[in-house]
Amino acid sequence: MEVENVDAVVMWGTNARNTHPIYFHHVLKGIDNGARSWAIDPRRTATARFTDTWLGLNVGTDIGLANGVAREIISAGLTDDEFISNATTGYGEFVAFVEPWTLEHTAEVTGVSAEAIRDLAHGYATAPTAQICWTLGITEHHTGVDNVLSLCNLALLTGHVGRWGSGLVPLRGQNNVQGGGDMGALPNKLSGFQDVEDDEIRAKFEAAWDCEILPTNGWNLTQMFEAMERDELKAVYIIGENPADSEADVKHARAMLERLDVMVVQDVFMTRTARMADVVLPAALGWAESDGTVTNSERRVQRMRAAVPPPGQARQEIGIINDLAALMGDDAWGNPTAEEFWEELRTVSPMHGGMSWERLEAEGGLQWPCPTEDHPGSPFLHGRLWERPVQGRRAPFSCVEDRPPLDVLTEEFPLRLTTVRALDSYNTGVQTSGYSSPIRSGEALEVSVADAADLGVVAGERVLVSSRRGAIEMTIGIDLELAVGLCHTTFHFPELADVNQITSDAVDPKSGTAEFKAAAIRIDRLDHDDRAELDEKVGAGA
Amino acid sequence: MNDTPVAVPTTLVEITLDGEAVRVPKGSTILDACRREGIDTPTLCWAENLTPVNVCRVCVVEVEGSRVLVPSCSRPVEDGMVIATDSERVRTSRRMVYELLASSVEMDRADREVHEWMEHYGARPERMGKRSEIATVAQPVKVQDDLYVRDYERCILCYKCVEACGDDAQQTFAIATAGRGFDAHISTEHDVTLPDSACVYCGNCIGVCPTGALSFRTEHDMRLAGTWDEDIQEVTTTVCSFCGVGCNLELHTQDDRIVKVTSPSDHSVTHGHLCIKGRFGWQQHAHS
Repeated sequence: MEVENVDAVVMWGTNARNTHPIYFHHVLKGIDNGARSWAIDPRRTATARFTDTWLGLNVGTDIGLANGVAREIISAGLTDDEFISNATTGYGEFVAFVEPWTLEHTAEVTGVSAEAIRDLAHGYATAPTAQICWTLGITEHHTGVDNVLSLCNLALLTGHVGRWGSGLVPLRGQNNVQGGGDMGALPNKLSGFQDVEDDEIRAKFEAAWDCEILPTNGWNLTQMFEAMERDELKAVYIIGENPADSEADVKHARAMLERLDVMVVQDVFMTRTARMADVVLPAALGWAESDGTVTNSERRVQRMRAAVPPPGQARQEIGIINDLAALMGDDAWGNPTAEEFWEELRTVSPMHGGMSWERLEAEGGLQWPCPTEDHPGSPFLHGRLWERPVQGRRAPFSCVEDRPPLDVLTEEFPLRLTTVRALDSYNTGVQTSGYSSPIRSGEALEVSVADAADLGVVAGERVLVSSRRGAIEMTIGIDLELAVGLCHTTFHFPELADVNQITSDAVDPKSGTAEFKAAAIRIDRLDHDDRAELDEKVGAGA
Repeated sequence: MNDTPVAVPTTLVEITLDGEAVRVPKGSTILDACRREGIDTPTLCWAENLTPVNVCRVCVVEVEGSRVLVPSCSRPVEDGMVIATDSERVRTSRRMVYELLASSVEMDRADREVHEWMEHYGARPERMGKRSEIATVAQPVKVQDDLYVRDYERCILCYKCVEACGDDAQQTFAIATAGRGFDAHISTEHDVTLPDSACVYCGNCIGVCPTGALSFRTEHDMRLAGTWDEDIQEVTTTVCSFCGVGCNLELHTQDDRIVKVTSPSDHSVTHGHLCIKGRFGWQQHAHS
């Protein structure tokens, strides 16, 4: 964990203290060892409390802030010119592009003081090693991919990439979201991030698998829902996903799922999605009832091992899928074990080639790329950018525009809602509703003191929360540190508050990810029997 | 370029350990040197994932020229140091520490090695007087939520829980020592209940407790029911099912059920520490 010895760390759009607590232990060690630290988040999060400086930017102005930081690094002469000239492209154009982003202009757009922006720019650029860590505060926007590119620009300006201690660190939200992609569970990739549309690659897989692979990219989740709407997609097989709760504008998503001719759900729990299915295939828990591997945020492939048998009719997922293949008429699959699957993967995915099952056992996990059995694995990527001459493609600067959230604030919907996560709960609550947490706060719409006073609402009061998609009842909470105009809520308790009925349906066309972080809402008081009593409370508080 | 920096070359210092001349890396503790040389040394308040706090004194050794015995867990080696780990003075001191602790604290659930060391040094806590006649830390068990139990009748004040909650890992600082002398004890702020305290239920205090003073509610309930049986439990190492950090979990199972979760203290991802989801979220399993 290089972050323990880093000189500067920027936590941008991530509340890792709550969402990645054990990674944050390593960040805290880095801070304790003297790293300068910044938290960039519209909210003063648990993470922000531990950093030197909190930059409370307006929701959805990350690109503006990054462009402003970039311009300051350039105009103060803090760029790594050797790295820029040897390892990047598009620098001249980028300099001209960010020219308008003066400290004053950036401060005006982002709501962050010019002094804090300057401090971040200088601190990040002059640190010998520096990392930028992010999570969904960066990616759950209609500009999610561009947000990431704007952070990449900062690393390219300063050479904070491809070196031990320096880098760009997206913290993955699920224990195997990295591994799923690595294995080819993406619409445009085969195992080992190899392009579906590359004829040579496809030919290699077709020879290994003795089958024909469609030569075109598939649909991502957002595109699948669009295809359902067009009645092009009529049957889906959903494994370990709960879109009937987790999708933004979830009423629409549920309507789309209901249009399907056939819906098969394979899951560990009887989720809302599973309850809508024609067929439910009960699966064994991955982490406690199955053998296999998962890959974490640092690309470390680790062994998962079965400790207990699955309950009732639940079965290992490998077995379910094998049997389905046989029923579909392909009985050449046999009944391979997790280890046999892994060994086959190594033959088609070069980046996993050196990771034998024995090594994964003996070395407690290995980080890809690990092409050969004598390769130690790779703690970081992009080291090639420091070779002279650079091997392979140079890294391009990206001129990305700051574009505010698509669900605009108006008089009718004047408040900005952003969804967040609590320490003790996980996503739609499927996996965390089963244990009794003493720190669980339940569902609440957190509002600022000033907005609560304006609306005349008190903590604990039930209110109607509406957006352009729908309206739900929620309970008011008051967050003493929240900026005026900002509201936040978790979405861990869809049975109590169906928050995704009101989240934004705006989608980043490049990633397919919805803008969960920026919905426009309004709050209306409800007629309560105890209206008079509540009014008295509000009066007393004012 | 995909290589980590080469480690700084280590300087070796020469010491005499139980009469043998040995060379060990500069900056090592005496305890490190003992382990390197295969000299088994008892510890209570030391853990590889925590900073030494030198409170239990069970690891003391004799260093030539030092007036008092020194704690091996925290004293760095120096060139020319002459160390005795098994002198009469060391044996007497270690025995006394165990006897004093075990006379006032219930040690029945302490780690197995604690009992082995007590036997090794011939510790006889009963010579301090009958339990019923001397001061002990006996007190009711604190059961304040569904996740864990604090049984301070079993607390030897080794501070490990305070360190794990504080600046060695979690940085939550929900607990600290309060009171003085024999009344010293581990307490939340103003002794509020755990759910009302700053506690975030990571359970990292349970993970480091050497005497069973802190335990999972599941273990507590099974012990009350008489069904807790470590002899038939198995431990399987796997990976947590929540965020993308990839924390290794050791699932302790009994009769095909998970009964508690720990993490290996030598793993680079966790150093033995977990969050509330990893340590307690498995109880989803009981409901599936």
